[in-house]
Amino acid sequence: MSAVASKPALRVTGLRKAYQDVVAVNGLDLEVRAGECFGLLGPNGAGKTTTVEICEGLTAPDAGEVELLGMHWKSDAEQLRQRLGIQLQDTQLSEKLTVFETLRLFRSFFEQGPGAAEAISLVQLEEKKNSRVGNLSGGQKQRLALACALVGDPDFLFLDEPTTGLDPQARRQLWELIEQFKSSGRTILLTTHYMDEAERLCERVAIMDNGKQIALGSPRELIASTCAEHMVVFSAGANAHAVDIPALRQIKGVRDVRSENGTVEMQVTELHLAVPALLAELTRQNIPLTELSTHSATLEDVFVSLTGRHLRDE
Amino acid sequence: MSETTAIPDIQARAAERKAPRGKTFVSHPLVQLTIVRFLETLREPEALFWIFAFPILLAGGLGIAFRNRPAEVLKIATTNPVLAQSLQGEKLLAVELLDSNAAGEALRTGKIALLAVPNANGSVVYSYDDTNPEGRTARMLADRAVQQAAGRADPIRTSDYFLREPGSRYIDFLIPGLLGMNLMGSAIWGMGFTVVDMRRKKLLKRLIATPMPKQYFLLSYVLSRILMLVAEVGIVLGFGAWIFHVPVRGSLLSLGVVCLLGSLTFSALGLLLASRAKTIEAASGLMNAVMLPMWIASGVFFSAQRFPDVVQPIIKALPLTAAIDALRANMLQGANLVQLTPQLAVLGAWLVVCFILALKLFRWR
Repeated sequence: MSAVASKPALRVTGLRKAYQDVVAVNGLDLEVRAGECFGLLGPNGAGKTTTVEICEGLTAPDAGEVELLGMHWKSDAEQLRQRLGIQLQDTQLSEKLTVFETLRLFRSFFEQGPGAAEAISLVQLEEKKNSRVGNLSGGQKQRLALACALVGDPDFLFLDEPTTGLDPQARRQLWELIEQFKSSGRTILLTTHYMDEAERLCERVAIMDNGKQIALGSPRELIASTCAEHMVVFSAGANAHAVDIPALRQIKGVRDVRSENGTVEMQVTELHLAVPALLAELTRQNIPLTELSTHSATLEDVFVSLTGRHLRDE
Repeated sequence: MSETTAIPDIQARAAERKAPRGKTFVSHPLVQLTIVRFLETLREPEALFWIFAFPILLAGGLGIAFRNRPAEVLKIATTNPVLAQSLQGEKLLAVELLDSNAAGEALRTGKIALLAVPNANGSVVYSYDDTNPEGRTARMLADRAVQQAAGRADPIRTSDYFLREPGSRYIDFLIPGLLGMNLMGSAIWGMGFTVVDMRRKKLLKRLIATPMPKQYFLLSYVLSRILMLVAEVGIVLGFGAWIFHVPVRGSLLSLGVVCLLGSLTFSALGLLLASRAKTIEAASGLMNAVMLPMWIASGVFFSAQRFPDVVQPIIKALPLTAAIDALRANMLQGANLVQLTPQLAVLGAWLVVCFILALKLFRWR
């Protein structure tokens, strides 16, 4: 990255938006660097889509500033539209048109960019070129939506929940496509409530909750700053008496312990020491173990430790 | 993959942006929007049925049901063969020779309109129901035949001229009515349903997220409407002319102007009705509430003159009444555009008011 690349592609300051009595975005500041893929992570209703639609110039904020590619919606809307690629959450493209016809239409709105046929090959839909949109699978529709966002050869790409509702294989396929576009110098703002998606695609992530940013950093930094490296999760048998949580906190190498519905989650720094000690402690407490697993800490664990809730609780 | 060269940052990408190339005709957004609009209509079999097949089926069905029959022949009977012979001189009577029992029975059950029986003194007695117009007609026809057979000569010679010209039959009245109804239906449905459906699917929102000029979106509807209009009007008029010989006495240019203005007016009305609705149900309720009164009051199937005088000014101010009156005047009386000024003014006023309101109220999301 050269020095100029550090100039932000998107700068949002003091953003506020309320719908009737619900405050969707409550004083948000964001900065997306040129050329990076920035993730806006949070549960449904956190205000991600409202934030993105304000940045896209589709919704007017109640307060706050948006500076996008050095321009402003009030004065430079036309120029901005030419340089943005937008994928909205759950747009249904016209089912009666073919893939090619749809892209030819979207391409006609932009001054430059790949032709319809080229856009089709970018998202690997060549076989479906002449199929009606109504006959595409969910993953193919999302790839077409991505192609519609790319026909203007955008400098800034907004992807609002691009893989929501897709099966794992289709999600991985879409991730590979997005990774390819990252390498071509575009700036991407991606919203998602899948932490694995953000971890895989994004250089930096802002975690949103209730219209506010509650954490910012690279996925690795966030995990390192809020959680221990490992997570140990276990459940006791249904008939077991309550686990003595404070006793578990005393185990060497354990940083934090949370208990919810009979499942206990422990943040652990030294797995090799903590697990044998945990087993010994449970035996002492006479707790029958029905399930025990360990994994490396994820953004989901970051969210849980910040808010006490799971991302997909809603 | 063509995207293999990594471009380091936005400045470099911006430098790569060339001056905008000129658009070819086909890649112009207005042309693309119109093509897409047209394709979507063609790929909607139900819409094609309502626009093209329905008016023809309706015109065909009603045209056959209300066709002008040849003058009806009345059935009468007599008990006397000589009298029967005299009566057969009248072409509009079908005479049956029956015995008196059977004849009485036929008269009571209405199988014959009149029974003629000779008296002993040479006079003739007609038995018929004088409250029934057929009976009275049969009496006149039968008596004329009997008197003429007996040697009566008319002092004045008369002859008949039968008025069965195209232009004064029910089908001639009906075809312009159906044409007007079709103009209204296809414009309001075509505009209303598609716009609301696109809003519901968030496609309108997706379109305004592109640099699409918004006026092109509306203009594409107008252009595809005009394309469809040529086919719609052509099919209904062609059907009427070919099957029923319905005339078009005014100039085709005037007719085209009336159809175009009518279609634009109803499109604006459709746009207004669809300007806010978020569901198809809400939109179709609104559209039916607006169209149904006009189907009834505007003289599609029967003359609007049948409504009381007090409501006539209101009926005359309805856009469908204006459209149908203008179509009838053009097709049947050969009226030119100057003579159609009142109707064209009504349509124009609706067009301007609806369009301005629609633009003010329209929501893209």
